[in-house]
Amino acid sequence: MTDEATRRTVSQIPLLKTHAGPRDRALWPQRLKEEYQALIRFVEQNKAADNDWFRLESNADGTRWTGTCWFIHELLRYEFHLEFDIPVTYPDTAPEVAVPELDGKTSKMYRGGKICLTEHFAPLWARNAPRFGLAHLMALGLGPWLAVEVPDLISKGLVVHKERQREASE
Amino acid sequence: MATVEELKLRIRELENELIKCKQKQCAVEDALQRPKIDIMSAEVVDSNPYSRLMALKRMGIVDDYEKIRTFTVAVVGVGGVGSVTAEMLTRCGIGKLLLFDYDKVELANMNRLFFQPHQAGLSKVEAAEHTLRNINPDVSFETHNYNITTMENFTHFMDRISHGGLEEGKPVDLVLSCVDNFEARMAINTACNELGQIWVESGVSENAVSGHIQLINPGETACFACAPPLVVAANIDEKTLKREGVCAASLPTTMGVVAGILVQNVLKYLLKFGTVSYYLGYNAMQDFFPTMAMKANPQCNDRYCRKQQEEYKKKVAEQPKVEVVKVEEEVVHEDNEWGIELVSEVTEAELQAATGTVPDLPEGITVAYTIPAEVKESGETVEETEQSLEDLMAQMRKL
Ligand SMILES: [Zn+2]
Repeated sequence: MTDEATRRTVSQIPLLKTHAGPRDRALWPQRLKEEYQALIRFVEQNKAADNDWFRLESNADGTRWTGTCWFIHELLRYEFHLEFDIPVTYPDTAPEVAVPELDGKTSKMYRGGKICLTEHFAPLWARNAPRFGLAHLMALGLGPWLAVEVPDLISKGLVVHKERQREASE
Repeated sequence: MATVEELKLRIRELENELIKCKQKQCAVEDALQRPKIDIMSAEVVDSNPYSRLMALKRMGIVDDYEKIRTFTVAVVGVGGVGSVTAEMLTRCGIGKLLLFDYDKVELANMNRLFFQPHQAGLSKVEAAEHTLRNINPDVSFETHNYNITTMENFTHFMDRISHGGLEEGKPVDLVLSCVDNFEARMAINTACNELGQIWVESGVSENAVSGHIQLINPGETACFACAPPLVVAANIDEKTLKREGVCAASLPTTMGVVAGILVQNVLKYLLKFGTVSYYLGYNAMQDFFPTMAMKANPQCNDRYCRKQQEEYKKKVAEQPKVEVVKVEEEVVHEDNEWGIELVSEVTEAELQAATGTVPDLPEGITVAYTIPAEVKESGETVEETEQSLEDLMAQMRKL
């Protein structure tokens, strides 16, 4: 389910123009520029809306992405490392985002910590390829996933705030 | 208390003991493993592992069963379906198997067939090769423990498909997709379209009660990108299907059935008997097996698919007497190159607007989703920029 707020957020992310994957040596650098442009805009918008929640960066050829995402729950900030590879079939298929440290803690995850997206995501991506990019993946995939899973994991005690963890061990 | 020297000595002793144990274990395994068999015999004796297979020849079902030993099959994904597929082909005496999987055996896989608890932690391809080699030492194995969808691995994957045949340098005869995700299927599709490699797609639904196999001959039949994925209609009210708290379910039965119809189709195709299915579905709820064939879509997004179609047309024109596949349905692929469509399930009307035409398919088969035809409001696109990629990367880091 894509809620109204998510739809509004996504509609503000600029769409991409270049239909090229990492195997397309000539056009991939252009696509990569567009990915960064869209991501920069999205992060700036999030900051302006006081809802800054992730950072991403890639290796030089843009095939491997790593970063952090965070979620504020009851005034505490929970931060997670995230990573994914750009599949050779990108942008026709979306990358599989992984949050490795949560692997094994929720059933809404495939092995290796890859997040399990809702059944609405694949059709949505297919309908909008190749104009959706990584910023859209964050907004429609990881964002909603964190919003559902993190509070649940916290309530079950499977995710503990780092400060609290330290206090508990002292 | 023991000194460091004493402990070092003890470690060396234990290491030697371990080596001896391993050697003993290997000797036992070698003794248990039957020697290789040069020629498949039809002789019915309890020591001949091929007698019942060779009987297919005597009964007139298969013309030349021994030919199985000349074929190479690549199995991509050695999970619930792939492992059983590989075992069936091994027992049938296939010439060579190439196995691709990046995953490890986990205890969570034990609701499926083939792997055993003591193999937990081993790579799936390594564990599978060990078991399969014991079952049939006549089969050659080549294993690759990696994810085929990343840049580097994909290049290697393409190379092994086109050169990994029984006779090194020759292409494999068939690629079988036993993967569990869309990205990997699309990667196999991309490779096979570029190489003109015939392959069979297989899949089990996330609710574990349906599955399918689909034979794809690039240029002739619809490729995986020609239409949205074809799935078996579940006949389950979506509203009653609870997805909360789970990703996917799986049953050894459904996976076994799908592996069975997959390998059956492979044997029929390779050994030329019976009718080869182009699409065969399995609906476990109603026990219904819908079939169909679909020709390639001239507007397919994959340019190599379109190129293969041109070549196929030429080939058919040159050999007018070649029997052409009976094609029952053609999917109209809606052109949506610049259409932006944000879907939500908020209202029925909205859902209707966001849904494209469902192609005319036989009863029991449908598409996983549709692509709407009409172009709605065009969103804002990224602007032209003077900034270099390095500038943008630096800007992103500074945010
Ligand atoms: Zn195609």
